[in-house]
Amino acid sequence: MADQADFADQALPFMDSLYSAALRMTRNPADAEDLVQETYLKAYRGFGGFEAGTNLKAWLYRILTNTYINSYRAKQRRPDESELDEVEDLYLYRRLGGLEAARVNRSVEDEVLDLFTEVEIKEAIEALPDQFRIAVLLADVEGFSYKEIAEILDIPIGTVMSRLHRGRKALQKALYDFAATRGLAEPGDQGGSPGVGASSGPLRGKA
Amino acid sequence: MADGNCEDALEELYSFLDGELDELRRAHIKRHLDDCTPCLEVYDFHAELRVMISDKCRDQVPRELRDRIARILGEQAM
Repeated sequence: MADQADFADQALPFMDSLYSAALRMTRNPADAEDLVQETYLKAYRGFGGFEAGTNLKAWLYRILTNTYINSYRAKQRRPDESELDEVEDLYLYRRLGGLEAARVNRSVEDEVLDLFTEVEIKEAIEALPDQFRIAVLLADVEGFSYKEIAEILDIPIGTVMSRLHRGRKALQKALYDFAATRGLAEPGDQGGSPGVGASSGPLRGKA
Repeated sequence: MADGNCEDALEELYSFLDGELDELRRAHIKRHLDDCTPCLEVYDFHAELRVMISDKCRDQVPRELRDRIARILGEQAM
């Protein structure tokens, strides 16, 4: 049993990270604010049922995620579970020229990473369908373990792994598309320079 | 890149980065990475990608929201 008097001290420090996740989920600040406020109110009321000493952050994320799925997702009238295109493994790395035996500059992929802007990263995440977006957020941004994510989302660990696997590949594809649009990498099959194979991906116009 | 060790290492890339491998598998992969530069580069790239994603997704709660939540919780407590 947790004491409600301790709630604010223990739970408020997680507000920045809950708000960041809420922004990625709802994709707009007004809804994100409402979602965070509702999460804290629900958490406060249910705090008596939180087992002291267990993972408070995961418990708060479970409330946040459930509230989002039950109210906000419905409000946004998004298709329930959109699917993702099949994307090859290590998509971004391969497209940027990694794993190419003949390439000259071996560190170009790492340099490209530095060139992505905050807006691009956020947009790439926000473009993922809900179930993949939430899994990627919980793992890559918040660092929850597979087991914690399984408990937060109430799904089997195998489902967590498969959502992460596919969500991360789709995220990499979105990032590659940004890089190609900005001329940081050769565009793949959208008609780039003649004579350059899609998979060789040498960089051009690098700062 | 062709031997089975590389295949295993790439297969378990994210389990490794996510800290989800047991000690034995982890040590096995680490030994492979010590000897295999191409795989090590793949690992480094994805580790950096992860850090970058996490670093760029930090937003700060607006002051008004923080104040409002503190006030609402205070009212609940009364």
